[in-house]
Amino acid sequence: MKELFPAKQVLGFAFSILLTVVALAVIFLDMSFQMGMLILLVTAFVQAGVQLIVFMHAGETEDRPAIYTNIYYGVIIAIVTVLGTLLTMVWDM
Amino acid sequence: MEFFERFAVPHPSPAIYASMVAIGLVVIAIIAGLTYFKKWGYLWREWLTTVDHKRIGIMYLISALIMLFRGGVDAVMMRAQLSAPENTLLDAQHYNEIFTTHGVVMIIFMAMPFIFALMNIVVPLQIGARDVAFPRLNALSFWLFFMGAMLFNISFVVGGSPDAGWTSYFPLAGNDFSTSVGTNYYMLAIQISGIGSLMTGINMITTILRMRAPGMTLMKMPMFTWSTFIANVIIVFAFPVLTVALAMGTMDRLFGTQFFTMENGGMDMLWANLFWVWGHPEVYILILPAFGIYSEVISTFSRKNLYGYKSMVASMVVISLMSFLVWVHHFFTMGQGALTNSIFSITTMAIAVPTGVKIFNWLLTMYKGKITITTPMLYSLLFIPLFTLGGVTGVMLAMSAADYQYHNTMFLVAHFHNVIIPGVVFAMLAGLTYYWPKMFGFMLNEKIGKWTAWLLSIGFLLAFMPMYITGLDGQARRMYTYSEATGFGTLNMISFVGAIIMAVGFALIVYNVYYSTRYASRDISSDPWDARTLEWSTHNPVPEYNFAIVPEVKSSQALWDAKKEGHNLFKGKYEEIHMPNNSGAPFLMSVVFFIWGFAMIFSLWIPAIIATIGIFAFMAHRSFEQDHGHHISVKEIEETETKMRGAK
Ligand code: HEM
Ligand SMILES: [Cu+2]
Repeated sequence: MKELFPAKQVLGFAFSILLTVVALAVIFLDMSFQMGMLILLVTAFVQAGVQLIVFMHAGETEDRPAIYTNIYYGVIIAIVTVLGTLLTMVWDM
Repeated sequence: MEFFERFAVPHPSPAIYASMVAIGLVVIAIIAGLTYFKKWGYLWREWLTTVDHKRIGIMYLISALIMLFRGGVDAVMMRAQLSAPENTLLDAQHYNEIFTTHGVVMIIFMAMPFIFALMNIVVPLQIGARDVAFPRLNALSFWLFFMGAMLFNISFVVGGSPDAGWTSYFPLAGNDFSTSVGTNYYMLAIQISGIGSLMTGINMITTILRMRAPGMTLMKMPMFTWSTFIANVIIVFAFPVLTVALAMGTMDRLFGTQFFTMENGGMDMLWANLFWVWGHPEVYILILPAFGIYSEVISTFSRKNLYGYKSMVASMVVISLMSFLVWVHHFFTMGQGALTNSIFSITTMAIAVPTGVKIFNWLLTMYKGKITITTPMLYSLLFIPLFTLGGVTGVMLAMSAADYQYHNTMFLVAHFHNVIIPGVVFAMLAGLTYYWPKMFGFMLNEKIGKWTAWLLSIGFLLAFMPMYITGLDGQARRMYTYSEATGFGTLNMISFVGAIIMAVGFALIVYNVYYSTRYASRDISSDPWDARTLEWSTHNPVPEYNFAIVPEVKSSQALWDAKKEGHNLFKGKYEEIHMPNNSGAPFLMSVVFFIWGFAMIFSLWIPAIIATIGIFAFMAHRSFEQDHGHHISVKEIEETETKMRGAK
C-alpha cells in the first residue's frame, strides 16, 4: 500500500499550493516594495525547484548527473548575468 | 489603396525595382520548372516532408550558400561605395540598410545554418546513431529557420529593410527614429529562426547524450561531436536571452511598451546589454563547431591522433562558461565605471587562453605528422596564422581603455572579420569539401578547391588588413562616405580589390560544384580521405538507416583503430530497423509562422490572430497524433547492403 500512495507528490502539491498562497499574500498584505519583491523572488525559485524535482522527476533516472549539471550550469549563468547586468547598468553607472 | 501603401518601399531606387522584377521572374521560373518537369510530388515527398537528418543537413547547406551569396552582394556593394572618397553609388539610407542586412544575413542566416548543416549531416554518423533524438523537431527547426530567413529577405522589396545595424541598438531602433517597418522585420524574422535554433540546441544535446553507439563514452567522442555538444549547450543558455530581448523590442515597437525607450522608466541601454548577453556567446557558438571541423581535418591529414584530446575538451568546457562572462566588452564606451570595464577586460583576455591552447594542440598534432595537403587541410593551414592575427587584435580590443580609441572604427570591423572569415567561413568550406563525398558520393575538384582557398585568403588579406590601418586613423564604422582630405581613399580601394577577389573565390566554389558534378568520378570508396572516425565506416551515399548494424566503439578514432588492428566494428547480424515517418506538419506549421510574422510586421491584427491560433492548432494536433514510425525489414536491409557494396 505504501508504494501505491504517492506521498512525495501529494506533499509536494500541498507545498506548492502553500508557496502560491504566500506569493499571493504580497498583494493582500500591506508591505514595502522591497519586501514584496523579496518574497516573490524566493517563492518563485523554491516553486521552480519543487516542480523540477517532484513533478518533472529530475534525478529519478540514470540521467541524474546530466540533469543536475545542467541545472547548476544554468543557475550559475543566470546569477552571473543578473549580477553583471546590475553592476553595469545600475551599481557602477 | 491606403491599405496597400504600407507595403511600399519607403526609400526606393532603380536597383530595388530591378530586384523586385528579378524576384518575380525567378519565382515564376521555379514554379514553371517544377510543374514542367513534374517535380512537385518529388519535392514534397523527398524534401519538404523529410525528417532525415542528412537531407535536412543538405537543405541547411543550400540555404546557407544562397544566403552567403545574398550577404556577399551586400558586401561588394558596400566596398564599392567606399572604394573612393565622396562616392555616390549608394546614399546614406541605402548604405544603412545594406550594412544592416549584411550583418544579420551573414551571422543568423549564413553562419548559423552552415554549422547546423554540418552538425546535422555529421553528428549522428559520427556517434553511430540512426538519426537525431527528435527527427520531427529537427525538421521544424530547419523550416522555422528557413521561413525566418525568407521573411527577412523580402524586406527590401516589401515595406523596406531594417537600417539600425545588425545590433539594432535602441533608441535608434525605436519607433521615433526607425519609422519604417524594417526593424519589425528584424525583430520577428530573427525571432522565428531563433526559436528554430533553440530547438536544434535541445535536439543535439539529447542526441549526443543519449544516442551514442555502445562503447562510446563521453571521452571517446570525436572532437567535432564534442564541439557540437558544447556549442549547443551555449545555444540553450544564450538564445532564450535573445528571444526575450526580441519580444520586448517587438512590444516596444508594436504595442507601445516602454522597455527600451528613454522616457517613462525605459532603459535604452538594456537592449545593448541583453543583445550582447546573447551576442558574445553567439560568436562562440559559431567558432566552436569550426574548431571541431579543424580538429577532424588536421588529425586526418596529419595521419595522427589529435594531440591533447583532454585539454581540447577542457578548453571548450571552460570557453562555454567563460563566453557568458565577457559580454560587456562590446560596449566599454557606454558609460559604466572603470571597475566594471576592468573586470570585463580581464575576463576577455582570459578567454583568449583556452583558445590559444587549442591552437597549440593543432600545431602539435601536425608536428612530426605525415601531412597531405588536400583542400580541407589547406584551409586549416591558412586558418591558423590568419585566425591568430584576429585573436591578437581581439586582445587589443579587450583592453577597455584602449578600446575607446578602437571602438566603432574600421579596426573593430577588421577584427571580427579576421576571426569570422578564417575561423568560421574557412572551417565551413573545409567541412563542405571534406564531407562532400559523404553527402553526394563524389569528390569536389581539388585543383579548383585549392585555387579557391588561396584566392579567399589573398582577397581576405587585401580586403581587411587596410581596415586595421584606416580604423586606427579614425575611419568610423557604418559611415557611408568620407572626404578626400582624410586620405583613406587608396587603402579603401585596396579593400575593394580584395572584396572582388573574394567574390571570385566564392564564384569558384559554385563553379567547382558544377564542374565536379559533371566530371568527378562516382567510383569512390566509402572512405576516400583515409579518415579516422565512424562517419566514414558506412556507405557512400549513406543509406536511410545510416548503419545496417550499430557499430561498437573502443576509442575516439574508432574507424582508424579498426583499420589498423583489423577488427570488425559491426558485430552481430541484421535486425529490423525502426525509423521515423515523414511529416508535412513542420513545413506547414512554419508557413503559418511566416504568415504570423508577416502579419505582425505590418500590424495586420486579424491575420495575426488567426495565424496564432493556427500555430497552437498544430501543437495540439501533434500532442494527440499517433505516429509509431515504420520498420525496415531484414530483407530490405540485405538488399540495400548488397546493392551498395556492389556499387563500390
Ligand atoms: C581571442 C579571442 C577574442 C577576443 C579577445 C575578442 C575581443 C573582442 C572585443 C573586445 C570586441 C569589441 C570591440 C569593440 O566593439 O570596440 C569584439 C568584437 C567582436 N568580436 Fe571578438 N574577440 C575574440 C574572438 C572572436 C571570435 C572567435 C569571434 C567570432 C567567431 C569574434 C567576433 C566578434 C564580433 C562579431 C565582434 C563585433 C560585433 C559588433 O560590434 O558588431 N571575436 N571582440
Ligand atoms: Cu564578444
